[in-house]
Amino acid sequence: MSGTESHGGETPAQALATAKLGIWTFLATEVLLFGGLFTCYIVFRLKYPELFYTEHLKLNRPLGLVNTVVLITSSLTMALGIAAMKQGLRRRATACISLTILLACGFLGVKYVEWSEDFSHGLYPGTNLFFSLYFMMTGLHGIHVVAGICALCWVLVLARRGRFSPEYSTPVEITGLYWHFVDLVWIYLFPLLYLVG
Amino acid sequence: MPDDIAPSPPADRGYLTEKGFLSWACTLDHKRIGLLYLGTTLLFFLVGGVFALLLRMKLMYPGEELFSNKAYNVFFTLHGIMMIFLFIIPAIPSALGNFLIPLMIGARDVAFPRLNIFSYWIFLAGIIVILASLASPLDTGWTFYTPYSATTGAAVTVLSFGIFLVGMSSILTGLNFIVTIHRLRAPGLTWFRLPLFIWSMYATSIIQVLATPVVGITFLLLAAERIFGVGFFDPAKGGDPLLFQHFFWFYSHPVVYVMILPAMGIVSEILPVFARKPIFGYKGIAYSSLAIAFIGFLVWGHHMFVSGMSDVAGIIFSFLTFFVAVPTGVKVFNWIATLYRGSISLDAPMLYSLTFIFLFIIGGLTGPFLGALATNVHLHDTYFVVAHFHYTMMGGTVIGLFAGLHYWFPKMFGRMYSERRALTAWLLIFFGFNITFFSMFILGVQGMPRRWAEYPERFQPLHIASTAGSWFLALGTVLMFWNLFRSLFRGGPAQPDPWGSKTLEWRTGSPPPTHNFAEIPTVTEWPYGFGKKEKERE
Repeated sequence: MSGTESHGGETPAQALATAKLGIWTFLATEVLLFGGLFTCYIVFRLKYPELFYTEHLKLNRPLGLVNTVVLITSSLTMALGIAAMKQGLRRRATACISLTILLACGFLGVKYVEWSEDFSHGLYPGTNLFFSLYFMMTGLHGIHVVAGICALCWVLVLARRGRFSPEYSTPVEITGLYWHFVDLVWIYLFPLLYLVG
Repeated sequence: MPDDIAPSPPADRGYLTEKGFLSWACTLDHKRIGLLYLGTTLLFFLVGGVFALLLRMKLMYPGEELFSNKAYNVFFTLHGIMMIFLFIIPAIPSALGNFLIPLMIGARDVAFPRLNIFSYWIFLAGIIVILASLASPLDTGWTFYTPYSATTGAAVTVLSFGIFLVGMSSILTGLNFIVTIHRLRAPGLTWFRLPLFIWSMYATSIIQVLATPVVGITFLLLAAERIFGVGFFDPAKGGDPLLFQHFFWFYSHPVVYVMILPAMGIVSEILPVFARKPIFGYKGIAYSSLAIAFIGFLVWGHHMFVSGMSDVAGIIFSFLTFFVAVPTGVKVFNWIATLYRGSISLDAPMLYSLTFIFLFIIGGLTGPFLGALATNVHLHDTYFVVAHFHYTMMGGTVIGLFAGLHYWFPKMFGRMYSERRALTAWLLIFFGFNITFFSMFILGVQGMPRRWAEYPERFQPLHIASTAGSWFLALGTVLMFWNLFRSLFRGGPAQPDPWGSKTLEWRTGSPPPTHNFAEIPTVTEWPYGFGKKEKERE
């Protein structure tokens, strides 16, 4: 067997279904990985509600909001990219994927500004439980964003080499599913961390 | 005796034909990847076994003799880490699972062959990181309880990343199997025609995919605790050390079913073949695998009865724990019913399978002693736990693995082993095992605490018995491996179906060709239709 992508079935549609089952299973794993941190959050927020309220005020809410908008927009461009690829509009698809990568980098840029700000105020992962959670959660999420950027760049290279067609765009679709998941995690993180009480 | 016939190799070496380092390191063939895992895990089984023998040697004496108590702590930590993370968790799923799943479901490979070799590489990387962390002697035990693990000078941080990598490999393998079983079954191979080994591997994979990430994040948090001073598990910073135990056992209890379920699958394959009877209660065995996987997620708290957890939680966890015994009992009764009035032949795979049932009944039934709150308080952290654990894990999983190794050895390598030597080895293992570990049940009830390097002199006779047993066990194990290893080169040629089995892997050559089947078979019935036709032929 060549072993490219998958060979779950003879037809591209079957191969896509196999790849999708794979990525969904992977996302289930990811949910449990973040689940550990969310469990910590629940435990400690119930235990120390005041701490969470006073400490969360030290976060930069406007920047958090900006990042939320940036990430949701990137999910939109990703979806548009997949749709374009399925219609065979390669130029539009590559443009959308490039835009997604750009927005993802923008997200990390804003995150960098936020973290620098926190550090300059003497807020570190070891400062207190709220900031432990904040840095661990946004940190783990940030690592996922970096991984997403790598995957998107790989898809972009493949797309520019003309490897995709309306019949075959499996890597674009599974990367898209992963990207939506990364977006979704942030949609939970934003209110949990920035909008306490 | 089929051994010692031919130094000349059987004509067709199938998937083993190609030689050279790269043909193994970069292979996409699930059979070769399975063998890579088998070699790696068995290596750590032997190393971990040497540590076990050293521990037993020291425990012959009640005082600080042979080596220091500090060294004792390090050795039992290494024994635990190697046996759990590098041997028993990956051994059957990654080695036999990889080799057998595509063959048994009539596929040419797993769903994602590249991901498959990638997860082996991650496994190796994890091993290297774990071994590197051993430069500073680890003395935490394999459970890494905080706060000690967060403060000890040993390289727990490095080790955490190693275990994270090994866990990632486990997740990716499980994912690959789930997708493979869903998508790549041969035409006509419906869910209820699947071999029971596949059912058990499916349940195993679900646990691997859903439980392993939790231990992943646990070890990341432990590392963060050491690097950044994060305080989730540190009461001084408002954290809760019990939270670590909850997280740890949320993985580490379900994972004992990752260890035992595949072995149960192996036994379910072997029994009908060597009893020449259809498996009894097929659906019961299949569903009980899923039930064990599901209930296994709900019982982790029974490791923490004396930890200071609330009484209500203890009662609930104790109650739920008894439930997990039900599907396990379903399996045991079905196996025994399969044997009833069977035409039993006691070849090595069957002997090991029967040993599995015998030892697992003892190991399993001592579980409720520990799951019940009242007796647990007495038995907690005594040798009773050590004995229970080894009866289920060594008497269960490892013996199941041995059964599988003997059963599928002809398929894997196209050669037969010496049955006589296999029987001698089995005899030594059986007696050695029971002497070693049954003594521990008695020691435990008498109150001997686990993990102690020194102990009151009144425990010494049983400790000496246990140590003597461990030598027989070691001798048998070495003989068994020697027999198999020797047969790799000198064993007589094996037929495609030496045992008269009916699952798909026996419908292709021994060893199978690279693409498994000349033509993908079409399945028309379940694989346990023994008896009827054979009787008609007579």
